[in-house]
Amino acid sequence: MSNKHHLELTQVGIDFPTPKGPFTALQNVNLRIDKGEFISLIGHSGCGKSTVLNIVAGLYQATNGGVILDNQEVNEPGPERAVVFQNHSLLPWLSAYKNVELAVKQTPNGRSKKEMKEWVEHNLELVHMSHAADKLPAEISGGMKQRVGIARALAMEPKVLLMDEPFGALDALTRAHLQDSVMEIHAELGNTVIMITHDVDEAVLLSDRIVMMTNGPAATIGEILPIELARPRNRIELADNPQYNHYRHEVLKFLYEKQRKVESVDEHRKKLAKQNKASSNGASVA
Amino acid sequence: MFKQQAVPMIFSQVKQIRIPSINDILRATALPLIGLVIFLGLWSVMAKNIDTSLGQFPGPTAVWEQAVSLIDEHSAQMDKADVFYNRQEERNAARVAQDPTYQPKIRAFTGAPTFFEQIWTSLYTVLVGFVVASLIAIPIGIICGLSKNAYTAINPLIQLFKPVSPLAWLPLVTMVVSAVYVTSDPMFSKSFITSAVTVSLCCLWPTLINTAVGVSSIESDLINVSKVLRLNALSHVTKIVLPSSIPAIFTGLRLSLGIGWMVLIAAEMLAQNPGLGKFVWDEFQNGSSESLARIMVAVLTIGVIGFILDRLMLMLQKQVSWDKSAVLR
Repeated sequence: MSNKHHLELTQVGIDFPTPKGPFTALQNVNLRIDKGEFISLIGHSGCGKSTVLNIVAGLYQATNGGVILDNQEVNEPGPERAVVFQNHSLLPWLSAYKNVELAVKQTPNGRSKKEMKEWVEHNLELVHMSHAADKLPAEISGGMKQRVGIARALAMEPKVLLMDEPFGALDALTRAHLQDSVMEIHAELGNTVIMITHDVDEAVLLSDRIVMMTNGPAATIGEILPIELARPRNRIELADNPQYNHYRHEVLKFLYEKQRKVESVDEHRKKLAKQNKASSNGASVA
Repeated sequence: MFKQQAVPMIFSQVKQIRIPSINDILRATALPLIGLVIFLGLWSVMAKNIDTSLGQFPGPTAVWEQAVSLIDEHSAQMDKADVFYNRQEERNAARVAQDPTYQPKIRAFTGAPTFFEQIWTSLYTVLVGFVVASLIAIPIGIICGLSKNAYTAINPLIQLFKPVSPLAWLPLVTMVVSAVYVTSDPMFSKSFITSAVTVSLCCLWPTLINTAVGVSSIESDLINVSKVLRLNALSHVTKIVLPSSIPAIFTGLRLSLGIGWMVLIAAEMLAQNPGLGKFVWDEFQNGSSESLARIMVAVLTIGVIGFILDRLMLMLQKQVSWDKSAVLR
């Protein structure tokens, strides 16, 4: 086993059981990630980006292949692979502070009570949320909730930070603020990050490498695009940067020419009907 | 860069102050009053036209008179009891004065229980039955909600016993209690235990089912959070499961308490256990010209107490619930 790589995905594939037999969602995903790297996963919806992330998180078990983090196989979820969920997933009955505190308490470390308090406060400070530490999630805006969600993940001192479309549900301005914050934090802490995104600009702006996925079923990695732009990056300066625009162009070309996803109206209707049926079945089982 | 976000926060801190207009106050008080007056009017008109073997059906006035007389009877009985105990104390004091070795004895007053004592017995019984049922139902409900296998195993039993009437249980419970609960110095009377167990058996199901549904419908993201944090089973239940299923649990508890209260009255009537049900049955058997009015007092009392119990549960729910903005009714 090589010691060279921090996080390795080797021949990862996953089948989901369906009444019509197993459905292969992912196949032959190979990826080596170095410490401190910022990786974006981009692809059309349904291509299995979230599945890859969930496998690294340990929430799903790969059917084939496996994930190795610092020479240890990943087979269950844990705080060293903290997840920032798409819709923040803060516990609505706990204040911002308590939400972060719960994560700190669950992370193995020898902190005293006082050190623990300082650590929670430090992480809230990092995402600029100290002023709302005592607020319940329902009392703060969507962007602020996502900030607390990031603070909670960072407070676990993860080896890898996994972000599942962290800014997908936010408006464009708030999203830009949070992207800047994430860049700041990444520069300061140097975490390894895997982020799922739909947003081409976001991917180019934040990443060291963009991993572009082919369409499912049996999705896999199509291309990997290294982004060699100097950090710190500034979104306004980059807007006129030819290299930046070249990268954008590359990603767009992959998404809309090489992996163009065409869904006829009929297909879309069928899919919706199927989804409705599935959700109503789910309700009656409950 | 955070100024933009600070603005909505300040707005959310300012509590909405709304002064109710005169119209609102009128609507909130006048409409229920109008409803009440129409009800009383219809009641007294209909009562005059119903003749039973125990005399005319009681109208609002007759019922009011009986309510007053029940209060009088209660205070008369309390006075009697006071006199009884005072007499014993005087007698004991006199005997001790004559013979210093005499051990004074106090005998309990054995007058028939009054209406208010029956209310108290019923309330006490229903609360004990309800609490016991909840202590059993909530944990089982949580297990059923967490584990699909446990649910599949227990569900047929729930479906089987849920529709059983309390009156079907009653003979069995009576026989089992008298066979099993044998002590020379009983802490509780057998009739109390019979009633409480019957109430429990009927209170179990709504709480159990609602808890199971509440627990099984926790957001999957929160469950993933729990997995990533590696919460152990106990913290998973206390930090994630219980807070998120509080609304469902309380829906079940309120249904259970309502059912328990109805069941108790029926059980007391049939089994001649002390309580409001026995009061109703005794009055029916008594068959005096006042009986129907006195039963009507009991009916209204049962309704009012049922309503108050539900409001108390609602207050408790508001106290326990984390979501203070939720509209509870």
